[in-house]
Amino acid sequence: MEVIFLLIAISLILAGSFLFLFFRAMKGGQFDDSHTPAIRILFENEPKIKDKKEQSTSIKSK
Amino acid sequence: MSNQIKTSISREISICYHCGEECKDEILHIGEKNFCCTGCKLVFEVLSESNLCTYYEIADKPGLSQRSVSGRENRFDYLNDMDIVRKLVDFQNNEETHITFSIPLIHCASCIWLLENLHKLHSGIISGRVDFLKKKVQVKYLQDKINLKELVRLLSRIGYEPTINLADVDKKIVPVTDKKLIYKLAVAGFCFGNMMLFSLPEYFAEAELLGAGFKKTFNYLNVMLSLPVFFYAATDYYRSAWLSIRNKAVNMDVPIAIGIVTLFTYSLFDIFILENEGYMDTLGGLLFFLLIGKYYQQKTYDTLSFDRDYKSYFPVAVTKLVRDEEEVIPLIKLNVGDIIKVRNEELIPADSILIEGEAFVDYSFVTGEEVPVAKRKGELIYAGGRQKGKALILTVQKSPSQGYLTDLWNNDSFEKEKVNSLESLANRISAKFTFTVLAIALGALLFWGFSGQLSMGVLAFTSVLIITCPCALAMSTPFTLGNTLRVFGQGKFFLKNSHVIEKLAKVDTVVFDKTGTLTSTAEASVKYFGEPLSAESKSIIKSLVSQSTHALSNRVNSWLDGVKGIKLEEVEEISGKGLRTIYKSQEIRLGSADFVGAKKEGLQEGGNHVFLAVEGTLLGYFFIQSGLRKGIENVVAAIKEKIPVHFLSGDQDHERVNLTKVFGNHILMNFNQGPSDKLAYIKNLNDNGAHTLMIGDGLNDAGALRESQVGIALTDKITNFSPASDAIMDASMIQKLPAFLDFTKTSRKIIKASFGLSFTYNIVGVYFAVQGLVSPVFCAILMPISSISVVVFTTLTTNYLAYKRGLKDKIW
Repeated sequence: MEVIFLLIAISLILAGSFLFLFFRAMKGGQFDDSHTPAIRILFENEPKIKDKKEQSTSIKSK
Repeated sequence: MSNQIKTSISREISICYHCGEECKDEILHIGEKNFCCTGCKLVFEVLSESNLCTYYEIADKPGLSQRSVSGRENRFDYLNDMDIVRKLVDFQNNEETHITFSIPLIHCASCIWLLENLHKLHSGIISGRVDFLKKKVQVKYLQDKINLKELVRLLSRIGYEPTINLADVDKKIVPVTDKKLIYKLAVAGFCFGNMMLFSLPEYFAEAELLGAGFKKTFNYLNVMLSLPVFFYAATDYYRSAWLSIRNKAVNMDVPIAIGIVTLFTYSLFDIFILENEGYMDTLGGLLFFLLIGKYYQQKTYDTLSFDRDYKSYFPVAVTKLVRDEEEVIPLIKLNVGDIIKVRNEELIPADSILIEGEAFVDYSFVTGEEVPVAKRKGELIYAGGRQKGKALILTVQKSPSQGYLTDLWNNDSFEKEKVNSLESLANRISAKFTFTVLAIALGALLFWGFSGQLSMGVLAFTSVLIITCPCALAMSTPFTLGNTLRVFGQGKFFLKNSHVIEKLAKVDTVVFDKTGTLTSTAEASVKYFGEPLSAESKSIIKSLVSQSTHALSNRVNSWLDGVKGIKLEEVEEISGKGLRTIYKSQEIRLGSADFVGAKKEGLQEGGNHVFLAVEGTLLGYFFIQSGLRKGIENVVAAIKEKIPVHFLSGDQDHERVNLTKVFGNHILMNFNQGPSDKLAYIKNLNDNGAHTLMIGDGLNDAGALRESQVGIALTDKITNFSPASDAIMDASMIQKLPAFLDFTKTSRKIIKASFGLSFTYNIVGVYFAVQGLVSPVFCAILMPISSISVVVFTTLTTNYLAYKRGLKDKIW
């Protein structure tokens, strides 16, 4: 049963590191703005070629 | 938003590719794309040069019309001033500068995309980062390659001109997000969870199998985990309790702090001396639940600002004339005696005398009345008005902060923080609670002590303190108020914080501002006097007024709702005077008395007149009065039934008759009230022991809103404009004001009821505690049950009652 001592140590370290990561994310401002990143992730990295643009606009506008 | 297009007509009318508005006056073409104005076209050109046309793909017609944007080149010159730049930027080193702009125009995904791709427009820009909800963008740039003025001009060229006002320069607003509370909550949650795991074996008989070594280790681990809870997560309670005791009062945090300290010290004693299990898990749980309650109460509305003063509306820079040369200087450097120039749509920054030009000043910011006031040469113009028309030249009479309006902010009531003069319900009860608990505990100690069992006495003493720790008591207030805050928020009634609810419940005098609060520009009453209008002349008037953006034109326009306009050859708008056109070779004039050659004498007062003349002969006139808001009489009547209502108005006395007709006799009406008079009036009421609620809308009410116990700013557009206040209410929701006021009283009743609930738990707890029968297991079960049941009770009743009273559409 002595293995439980080891397990406790591991679980505490694990939980503690989650707490630490949460603190770091908090300090880094990850929870400051929860809306914009959701939009940002949908942007394409590179603009498309010009011809395609016209079509997609007309489709979207309807 | 603005890019909603009526699809039925979109085929016939050209729609601007940039802003999606109808191209009325002119159509500009690039390829097959139409643009409504040079501004929109320019934005498109700038973007297409830098290959940023993806902007137009993300959202449909994402731009906003550039028609009314001022094109004056030198308007950003003040950004050359190093003092100003230093105050605006967030961070600056030898190479790069970081600055956060507030851009109210941000409204769609395209905006985000474009503003985050600014680096493609100019090599000096490193990056842009948008916070959509706060409508802010942080830009990092290399100051050697682009300076702030060029950056702002670039943003304005692509249609996103940042608003920079005096408040930005005057002091940096530090965002006070309460991150500390979240850290504490996280620590308490982490420790509580782990402590529960280590304590669990104690609660089951099987734990015996583990042996004594484990038991000890678990207890020591619990002590270790309780240290951050005791020394970090709970610190707010010690501080608050200490402050309260130093002020010779007992607030809710005093019994909590006593409970925490007793739990901790007794558990240490229990674990190290008696080698028992202690109550550390209860301590962790207690703090965790308490902090959740605290967090729930702190609902903030990020996008709303409750603390604005005139500085948020005043411009940063003014155009000063030095020997006929224009010079753009920061407002803070403006001195008495300076000659300034104020153009169309610009704000008059200081009380000044008109030297040249014709002034038509729109004081809608200040009073809520949007019909411009005409001023003649030599007249004094108060700061805060917006010029509508040609440029003016003025001599500054008073420095911007000492004006008729702005002097309000030098009043003492703005110096002191609004004190919480009302003792909250929880604090009043907690004093009694604390003394009762201490008395019971001492009683138990003495009883056991005299019966010769001192150790039993100590156990009973500590047990009472532990079990009665007012966890449930402390949670009923934050959860009830937090829920009420949310219910009100859904009803577009936004409170600054939860204290406002308790203050609202105590209100016994309600004061309304008249202009803009009781009345609304949207509800104007228009009457026509004179020769009857033929269908043809109605059409002519309709097309005339639809050419103008003047407030009175808009009202006549909405009066002629349903009339179809006629095509007119040429419509001329003479700013501040009226409209002129030639129809069937007859000159038609619509406008002020001077403009059409009419006499104003003998006409009804208390409103505006718009005269109509054909070929110099007067046909008739429109009499326009700002109307009362829909349903306002019911609101006032409902409030009047219970508490006295007062009206304050900056206008003349002649409205009294009209108002009495609508609202009845039992209202104290006060006319000719300037901004400081309103403040003094409220102060006087307060000094006589009244709990005042002030409802106002303009900057001239700011003093009264501040001085009153609760100040509600009424606004037609929630994010737009409101003076500093305790609450902001959407003007369309004013009908519900009596219901909201009633509900604050209901909230108090809910709090009282949940106090009753938690007292029941406490009585049960104390019954066992005085007999010394409390064990850690007993504690660990009773404590969460009482907390959770209080939370569930308050949440359910608040939401259900709000639903029943029609303050919510759904229960959830």
